[in-house]
Amino acid sequence: MADRITLEVTRYRPEQEAEPTTQRYEAPLRKDWVVLDALNYIKDKVDGTLTFRWSCRMGVCGSCGMTVNGEPKLTCAAFLTDYAPGPIRVEPLRNFPVVRDLVVEISDFMAKLSAVKPWIIRETDKPLTDGEYRQTPEQLEEYKQYSMCINCTLCYAACPVYGLDPGFVGPAAIALAQRYNLDSRDEGSAQRLDALSGHDGIWGCTFVGECTKVCPKHVDPAGAVQRYKLTAAKEWFRSLLLPRGAR
Amino acid sequence: MNVTPTYTEFHPRWYRRRPTTWWWLHKGAYLRFILRELSSLFIAYFVAVTLAQLYALSRGEAAYARWQAWMASPLALVLNAVSLALITYHAVTWFSLAPKAMVVHLRGRPVPGTWIAAANYLAWLVASVVVAWVLIGG
Amino acid sequence: MTRRRSIEPLLWTLFSAGGVVAALVLPVHLLLFGFAFPLGWLEPPSYQRLVGLVHNPLVRLYLLVVCTLPLFHAAHRFRYTLYDGLQIKHLNELVNPLCYGGALVGSALAVWLVWSFP
Repeated sequence: MADRITLEVTRYRPEQEAEPTTQRYEAPLRKDWVVLDALNYIKDKVDGTLTFRWSCRMGVCGSCGMTVNGEPKLTCAAFLTDYAPGPIRVEPLRNFPVVRDLVVEISDFMAKLSAVKPWIIRETDKPLTDGEYRQTPEQLEEYKQYSMCINCTLCYAACPVYGLDPGFVGPAAIALAQRYNLDSRDEGSAQRLDALSGHDGIWGCTFVGECTKVCPKHVDPAGAVQRYKLTAAKEWFRSLLLPRGAR
Repeated sequence: MNVTPTYTEFHPRWYRRRPTTWWWLHKGAYLRFILRELSSLFIAYFVAVTLAQLYALSRGEAAYARWQAWMASPLALVLNAVSLALITYHAVTWFSLAPKAMVVHLRGRPVPGTWIAAANYLAWLVASVVVAWVLIGG
Repeated sequence: MTRRRSIEPLLWTLFSAGGVVAALVLPVHLLLFGFAFPLGWLEPPSYQRLVGLVHNPLVRLYLLVVCTLPLFHAAHRFRYTLYDGLQIKHLNELVNPLCYGGALVGSALAVWLVWSFP
C-alpha cells in the first residue's frame, strides 16, 4: 500500500473566481485516517486557506458532510483506505449554494426544520402536579428511529427532487415531523399535516429512496415520507366522509 | 424561504449549480429510478392494448383474429417485450417498497417489512395463477 | 370537495391503487396474451370462451378495474417524471390536465366498452 494519497478538492474563492476550480493535494495514506483527517492535514501543513466545516469528528454533529467521489458522506466516517489508491474527489455537498470552498449555505434547510413545528404540541398541557408523561418502550420504538437525525443534510444532497426544486420541504424535515406525529405525547398531527400537505410538501416526493441510502444514522426518511403519505390520504378521506363537526 | 441575498464585500457571491436535464444519468440509482417511472408509459400502453382486445372481441371473430395477428407481429412483440420487462420491474420494486408505507401492528409490535413484502409477492403469485387458470383451464 | 386542502391525497390514492392492480395482474396478462398465446407456447383461449368470460359480470368488473386504475397510476407517475425529468414543473397547469385528462378519457373509453359489450 502506498503511503500517500491524492485528493482533488473543490476550491471556490468568490473574491477571485466566478466558478469553482479543483486543486490537487497529497496527504498521508494512514490506515486509521478519514477524509476529514486528510483535509485537516492539508489545512495544517499544506494550504491554510482551505475552508470546510467539521466539529465532533465522530459522526454525531452532522457538520462535516461533503460529496466524496460523487456520494454525499460524512467526511469523518469516510476512511481513506476505502478509496485507495485514489485520487479522491472532495466536493461541497450538492443541491446547496456554495459559500466558499467546501462550505455550503444551509439556512433553507434550517427554515424547513422549524416549519414542521418540531416540538410536542398539546391541546391542553398537563399540569405539573399530574406528574410526568409516561411512555412505554413500545411507544418509544414508534418514533425513536426518526429521532436519530443529526441534521447533516446528506439526504437533501442526495434527493433529486430537492435538487430540481429547492421549494420541496425535503426528507429530514418530514422525518422530523413524523418523529413528533408518532410520539404518544404529541397532539399536533393535524397542524403539521396542514403545513405539509400543500404544494411543496410530502407530495413532491417520488420515492427515489436515495435519502435513506445515504443517511449515516439509518433514520430512513424515505419510509417516513411514504408512511406520512398514507396517513395524509387516510385523513383526507376521513375528513371528506366525516366533516369536522361529526368527528 | 429561498431569498437571494444582496452580495457585498462581506457577503460574497454564492455559487449555485443548475441541475442539468441529464442529472439522472449521473448515478446508477437515479437511472434505475427514471426507468421505474417510465414503466408508467408502458402500463398505459398495455391498458390501451387490452382495450383494443376488448373492442376486437366485441366486433366479432374476424376482428379478434386480426388483433391476435397483430399481437404476433414483430412490432408488437418488441413493444410487448419492453413492456413486460418494465412492468415486471414496476411490480418487483412496488412489492419491495410498499412495506415502507404500511406499518402494520400485530399484537402491539410492528410486523417486519420483509413479511409484508413476502405477503405481497405471494398475492402476486396467487393473482397470476388465478388469471391464468380462468383464461386457460377451468 | 377539496375545500382549502389540496387534491393530492386523492391523486396519490388512485396512483397507489392503480400501482397495486398493475403490479398484480398486468404481468400475467402480458405474458399470456403478448407471448404465450401468440407464440404458441400455450393453447390460446377460443373466441367463444373469451366472449363467454366477458359476459360474466365479475369479469366485467375486473376489466373495468384493470383498465381504469392503472391509467391513473400512469398519469400520476408520468406527471412527476415530466417534473423531474424534463424540469417542466412550472408548466404544471398544462401538464396536470393532460396527464389526468388522458387517464379520464381512457377510463371513459373502458367504461363505454365494457358497458356496450354485446
